[in-house]
Amino acid sequence: MTGTAGVAGTTGGTAGVAGAAGATTVLTRGTVTIDRERCKGCELCIPACRPGVLSMSTEVNAIGYRYPVLAPGCTGCQACHAVCPDFVFEVYKFAEPVVLAVLAAPAPTDAPTEEDR
Amino acid sequence: MPAGLLQGSEAVAEAAVAAGCRFFAGYPMLPFTELLEHMARRLPEVGGTCMNAESEIEGVNMVLGAAAAGARAGTGSCGQGIALMQEAIAEAALNEVPFVVFNLARGQQDYFQCTRGGGWGDYRTITLAPKDVAEAVEHTQLLFHLADQYRSPVVMYGDYLVAHTFMSVDVAPRDYGPLPPKDWALDGSLGGTGRSRQIWTWRMGKADRPGAGPDRHWRAVAEKFADAARTEPRHEAHRADDAEVLVVSFGSTAPFVDHVVDELREDGLRVGSFRPITLWPFPEDALAELVELSGCRQVLVYEINAGQMIDDVRLSVGRGVPVRGIGGVSVDDSGMRQGDLLTVEAIRTRVLAAVEEGR
Amino acid sequence: MTGPSPAPAPAPAPVPVSILPTDAPPDRPARKVAGTKVDLQITEDHHLCPGCGHPVAWRLLLEVIAELDLAGRSIGVVGHGCYTNIVSIADVEFLQCLHGRAPAVATGVKRVHPHTAVFTLQGDGDMASEGLQEVLHAAARGEKLTCIMLNNGVFGDTGGQMTAATVVGQRTKTSLDGREPEAHGYPVPVAELVSHVPGTAYVARGAVNNAGSIAKTKRYLRKAFELQMAGAGFTFVEVLTMCPTGWFVPTSGGPTYMVDTFEKTFPPGELTPS
Repeated sequence: MTGTAGVAGTTGGTAGVAGAAGATTVLTRGTVTIDRERCKGCELCIPACRPGVLSMSTEVNAIGYRYPVLAPGCTGCQACHAVCPDFVFEVYKFAEPVVLAVLAAPAPTDAPTEEDR
Repeated sequence: MPAGLLQGSEAVAEAAVAAGCRFFAGYPMLPFTELLEHMARRLPEVGGTCMNAESEIEGVNMVLGAAAAGARAGTGSCGQGIALMQEAIAEAALNEVPFVVFNLARGQQDYFQCTRGGGWGDYRTITLAPKDVAEAVEHTQLLFHLADQYRSPVVMYGDYLVAHTFMSVDVAPRDYGPLPPKDWALDGSLGGTGRSRQIWTWRMGKADRPGAGPDRHWRAVAEKFADAARTEPRHEAHRADDAEVLVVSFGSTAPFVDHVVDELREDGLRVGSFRPITLWPFPEDALAELVELSGCRQVLVYEINAGQMIDDVRLSVGRGVPVRGIGGVSVDDSGMRQGDLLTVEAIRTRVLAAVEEGR
Repeated sequence: MTGPSPAPAPAPAPVPVSILPTDAPPDRPARKVAGTKVDLQITEDHHLCPGCGHPVAWRLLLEVIAELDLAGRSIGVVGHGCYTNIVSIADVEFLQCLHGRAPAVATGVKRVHPHTAVFTLQGDGDMASEGLQEVLHAAARGEKLTCIMLNNGVFGDTGGQMTAATVVGQRTKTSLDGREPEAHGYPVPVAELVSHVPGTAYVARGAVNNAGSIAKTKRYLRKAFELQMAGAGFTFVEVLTMCPTGWFVPTSGGPTYMVDTFEKTFPPGELTPS
């Protein structure tokens, strides 16, 4: 499942850093909506997020701030909502937890693959 | 209904209760203290609250809160304590919260305080200066009405004599006419309805219902005081229509001056007197007209201070007729009241001296 | 396969972690457990700094008022500071009053409407500096109020000057080298003082630096209001809030600064009135 184009994220938590733990899927119990235009880039949500699925974007919003982006593994714990001074988050809990791929599907390239060799 | 021989402080307290005052807070300071004591005794009897506040600043702010909640509320002190209340009085004038301030003063030295104000911003305080206990009883009730009519703090300028003189008075409630309902007052009931109320000097309003904002609001408040300046001046003149010499005084000094006027008239002098009943708005037009119509040749100002009301007399009279201050600073040994200058003899001597010099 | 081993393939480029869409509610079945605004909040928009702790405190206060069903009988008396803006963003009846005077003003309000929930919202500059007398006297009188002090150790609204609650070593616009006892004296612990005044029924100090402390702070506020409505006496909640602007730290450094500097002088928890 890929997200918004042109945005790369790196997680700081345990949801599955690429290559480190080797995890490629994660049980995801919920999600959030993020009002990126209201965010003032304070970054308090990043360490607050218990599963560590929030990271700051590389792009900026209309008022010049980076804003949080979401990786798979949200538990719907509402910690981000609790700490956010700008009322940026809505939090949802799924009726059924879902397994999501941690890594983004690779973009197609012209590089030779193993099979080509 | 209390009637009969009452000490001024008690009479004013009864008048306040008759006017519906149900919250009073103050800090003891003579000669205001007895008013606080009487309110402490009377208000619980009528379901009200009297607080012996821990400071004048706390007292006036408690009153501001009670009044913002819709109660008729009052406070007071003498000028020294009212000095501490200036910020709150200005605040209430600007956020339109009504209450009555009783300055039972130690003399006549607080004229500037109540007419120029020591607070901040563009505000005035309607101020009534009773000449005796009977008038203080009337003014107390009128002040509660004016406070609500203009949604503003108003002042009674009384003094040691008003507070401590015993006089036979009738404290029946007086009706000054209908007033708009206090639908602006806070009681919590509109919280959560989308119509919750806000009392704020800046009147910014709510995010979905913006208020006037300080610029428009303070301009409106200034216009309200301009209206009061046109409508509320009150004065009394005594034997002044044909006076050659006019003596201007205020408050407790006025009956002494009137007595001297009567004595000097017996001696053939064409003397008259004038007193503002409202120190603010000062009855400028009435004084100017009287000076012109009477053809008086000098205006003498007898106030027991270094010269405060004389500024307003000069503003009213202009430069056509000489205006002279013939009072002065005068305090008794206790520091609580006027001294030797508040006597018939002193007034008579000084008026005659001024008349002589004016020939 | 025979022949020489092929050259090792180059290490694969790191693959980005998947980013999920967050601009609309989820498609799959879900229930919303938290919205951007709480019931009594008119708007999410405000002008406070990035990383400020005050809006979190606002939200907790409004949640408690709504949850205790006090919306239709609450009156807030608010002092002067960045937090004053609550009077515009919340659908609650408010009186904005003079700096420091809120406990006295609230006393007048509560005496006239004893069945309402009357609270004050003040900063440390408002309460510990200008208004120390007012809060102590209200506590001593046992006024049935809930006084709330948002403590960030600075006069934030005026640009970050020292208050009576600035901690030793803290740099502010009027203590540029750090608060130094010889020159500037010591911070005043308002919660501790209030706890020693007879008439006080409940005192607590919370903080909004992380989700755990936020949850505790909400419980403290709730308890304070419950005790007010039960007529128990004066209730007081101090809330440590971040002010990265006033503290000269990056917004993300606010919570750490609070724990490392403030909590040594102002330890969170419920205090026992004595």
